Order: sequence, then C-alpha cells, then structure tokens
Amino acid sequence: MTDTSPAIDGWFTTGPEPALVGSRCTTCASTFFPPTAGFCRNPACDGQEFAATELSRRGRVWSYTDAQYQPPPPYIPRSDPYEPFALAAVELPEGIVVLGQVADGYGVADLAVGREVELVVETLYADEAGERTIWRWKPVENPVVEPVETEEADQ
Amino acid sequence: MTDVAIAGVGMHPWGKWGRNFVEYGVHAARAALADAGVAWPDVDLVVGGETVRNGYGGYVAGATFAQALGWNGARVATSYAACATGAQALDTARARILAGLSDVALVVGADTTPKGFLAPNAGERWDDPDWLRFRLLGMTNPAYFALYARRRMDLYGATPADFAAVKVKNARHGLHNPNARYRKEVAAEDVLASAVVADPLHLLDICATSDGAAAVVLTSLEYARAHRLADPVRVRAISTVTPTFPNAVLDMPNLSTDPAGSAQPGWSSPVETRTFKESIGHAAYEEAGIGPEDVDLAEVYDLSTALELDWMEDLGLCKRGEAEALLRAGDTTIGGRIPVNPSGGLACFGEAVPAQALAQVCELTWQLRGQAEGRQVEGARVGITANQGLFGHGSSVILSR
Repeated sequence: MTDTSPAIDGWFTTGPEPALVGSRCTTCASTFFPPTAGFCRNPACDGQEFAATELSRRGRVWSYTDAQYQPPPPYIPRSDPYEPFALAAVELPEGIVVLGQVADGYGVADLAVGREVELVVETLYADEAGERTIWRWKPVENPVVEPVETEEADQ
Repeated sequence: MTDVAIAGVGMHPWGKWGRNFVEYGVHAARAALADAGVAWPDVDLVVGGETVRNGYGGYVAGATFAQALGWNGARVATSYAACATGAQALDTARARILAGLSDVALVVGADTTPKGFLAPNAGERWDDPDWLRFRLLGMTNPAYFALYARRRMDLYGATPADFAAVKVKNARHGLHNPNARYRKEVAAEDVLASAVVADPLHLLDICATSDGAAAVVLTSLEYARAHRLADPVRVRAISTVTPTFPNAVLDMPNLSTDPAGSAQPGWSSPVETRTFKESIGHAAYEEAGIGPEDVDLAEVYDLSTALELDWMEDLGLCKRGEAEALLRAGDTTIGGRIPVNPSGGLACFGEAVPAQALAQVCELTWQLRGQAEGRQVEGARVGITANQGLFGHGSSVILSR
C-alpha cells in the first residue's frame, strides 16, 4: 500500500470530522450534492456561481437496503469471496437525500426509517496505488441527544 | 378533441430468445398491421423505440424497422425515454396525426437483453451518474426498488408477505397470456423462499429482463371512420411530463435528490405538492378530463412487487398507505374493484425496455375490446398505464372505448 485517498476527488473531506462537500448557489442559496458547476438547477434562478460548502454530518434514514449479490462492474469488490454490504438514503437538514453505503459492521437490522446516522469515511476498495475511500453512513449509537453536537464526533 | 384511434396492436412474445431485436420488431409490426387491416404501404409515419443495447441499428430503430419492413417512403422518427420510450414514441406519432401531417402511424419497440443486472456502459465515465452509482456505491436497480419497498414497510406496515401476494396475483393473471414469458402459478412461499437480492426484496419480487416487441398502429379518427373502424379504442391521454424542482424523491440512477427548501425566500419555485410519479398520472387525468374513479383497470410498472403498490397510490386508485388493504381484499385481482396488471405485468413478462410501455397499451387495447382471453376484465371501458424510467422519464397513457 502506498497511499490512502478518496475514490473520487472533491466530494467529501477526510479527517476526524469528515463531511460531504456540496455546491451552494451564490445567488439563491440552493445547495447541491454531488458538487456541481455551471448553471443553477433551480428553475427560478439564473445563478452560475457556486461556493463549496460542507453538508451536515448527521441526518435521518429515508430508507435502506443491502446488496446481497455482488454488483456488476464498474463496482470493484473489496473481497473475494464477496461480502454483502448495506446501503442507506439519508435525509440531511439541507433537504437533500444522499445515498451511501452503510459503515462496516452494520446491516439492515441496525437501521430504521427516521434513525439518525452520521457520516464516516472508510475504505471502498484497494488498487495498486493504495486504498480508495468513500463516505458511509454509520448509525448513531445514542440517538436521543440534540443533533449535530461535536462531543462524540471523533469516535 | 385530441383523441386518436388505435387501429391495431401486436406483440412478439416475451422471452429470452437470443435473436436480433429487429426480428421481434417486424413480427410485432406485422401483427399490428394485420390486426388493423392496414397495408404496410399505407403507413406514412414509422416511430421506433430506441434500444441502447443493440448497436447503431438500435439507435436508429425507426429507420431500422422501416427498412426491415421494406422502404415505403414513410416519414421516420426514433424516440428514447428509458422505460417510457414506447409512450414517447406513441406521443410523437399522435402529435403528427393531430397536426394533420400524418394519417397512419406505426409505432414499434423491441429489445434483446443481456442476462443479470442491467449494468452501465463500459469505460471510465466519471461524469455519468449511472456509472458512478455502481463504482462508488454498488447501487444496482433492485437496490433502488428495495429502498421504496422498505419505506412501505416502515411507514405503512407492509410485509414481505404483501409483496409476495402481488407476485402470486400477477402470476395468476398472466397464466393464459400468450405473450407472457412466465406462465406458471407462484405460491407466496416460493417468493419468500427465493434468495434475498436487496433486503427486503427476494428474487421473485424483482422483474427479469426479457427480449420482446410490441407495436401499435395509430390513426386519426377520420381515417378510422373511413376504414370501417366504427368504434375504435381511443387514446385519451399520453403523459410524458418531467419532474418539477425540487424533485425530492430519490430516483434511479441518482446518488441524491434536489434540495427541498434550501433556496432563499424569493428564489423558490412554486411549491409542487405532487411527487414526480404522482404528477405523471395527474397530467394524464387532466388531459383525458377524467379522474381515478373513472378507471376500470390499470397496467403499472411492477419492476418490483412493492412498486405496484406505490403506483396504485401514485395514480390515485387509493389513498397513500392503503394499497396493501386493497391487495389483501382482492380489489386488484381480476374480478375485483380495480384490477391491476391483468396482463400479468412485468412479473410475467420481464422488462424489454423500449417495448414495455407499448406492451401496456397493447394490453389495455385488448381489454377494452373484450379480447383478453383468459384474463378479461369484464365491461372495461377506461384503462390507464404508468411507468417510470431513468433520468426524469415517465409516462401514463389513458385509453377508453
């Protein structure tokens, strides 16, 4: 292994408190993910400039499933034999629902519509250059406290 | 008056035949022409549904079918709208007929499909969301279907047994359909014992991909009258609306939704109270000047068993969260209050993308003529179709007698 880097550039930050990076229209403030450029997709807005903005690290599960069969290419399996993984669509306070794999060690039994989850960055696959990382959704263990407090963010 | 006449319909049986899509398309076209009693040289417009899997001939499907039938000088068009391809092709034909530019149009869709999951085009395609969803997430089509199914369970109390009951019903509906690929009874236990593909959906909850073809001969009402078609089935509406911003329901192949409500005041669009799928059916009802209460049967896109339940609500056939109750009461079975997928649906056909929306129209036509042998909805006068595909495509067609 030579290095660890995101599987796609500019879509999420790494570090102790990783976050998705969206594009906020400087004219109407609509925030888009994945990052966008060019023309604002709000039909009421003619904006053409965007500012990179970190999205909320926590959201609530809109729905969830898993992949019990190995997906076809260009998916790159991380292991042979294939190990199933879970997927979740998560509604962020910004009003965007964002898909993601679910963190290692968690499956559909750990999820429910409305459950709070938090963004983590984990290994998606490895290639000759090293490990390629991706954002994932991890169930929040204690979903009763106020949302988006920082005290347990680096667990 | 925006009605046009369905003079004839025809199909090539669905299956995994492994032959060229053109052969299926010509078979269906000839069947539709024979059904209409229209000679091929009289057709003045051919519209093909594009297949993206069959090379250049598939990209120019209208011309491919026209040449295979023997060049006759007709105008030509080719449509692509993912799963709504056939409806968009039909809409193109209708527009030319209503403009007085064509009298007789032949609309054809056909496909030859690979085995297994539908996968994106090859290569490194970092700007293509359909490629990225596989590379970054391993997100297959059934996984999207499963997200919708799971929401029904968590929000409305649906169970895997309900989903299995949809399959049992549709399998029974399609038993005697000569164009269906699967004509065999399925027990709920068979569905529940089949492998889970994407929790909560089992293999038998998810439709296959199939080879097949469907064709429709569309004419003006004047032409139909002049050619002894006294009381043809009429096209009352073809809805091919796109979503409105913000489209807040996650759609294939996207990794995310539009932002709902993040725009500053003054920069927001008018509030859309309907989801995209609801708006597809709503536009069809508006165009036809009728409502859900006027509908006798529906052919909806059961890519998964659970999606059939979603569509019943999207089309206003029942309130949100009540589809399972109708299913359990037998209301959606042939003989019930509002039969859904009397053809057997995708459960019995599998999906042949550019042909499928036309196949729905073929089934409604046979039903409204009283020719749906072995699966007839008695006294049917009005039928509706619905489907949705990738990238903001969807359709709903209303036919009446």
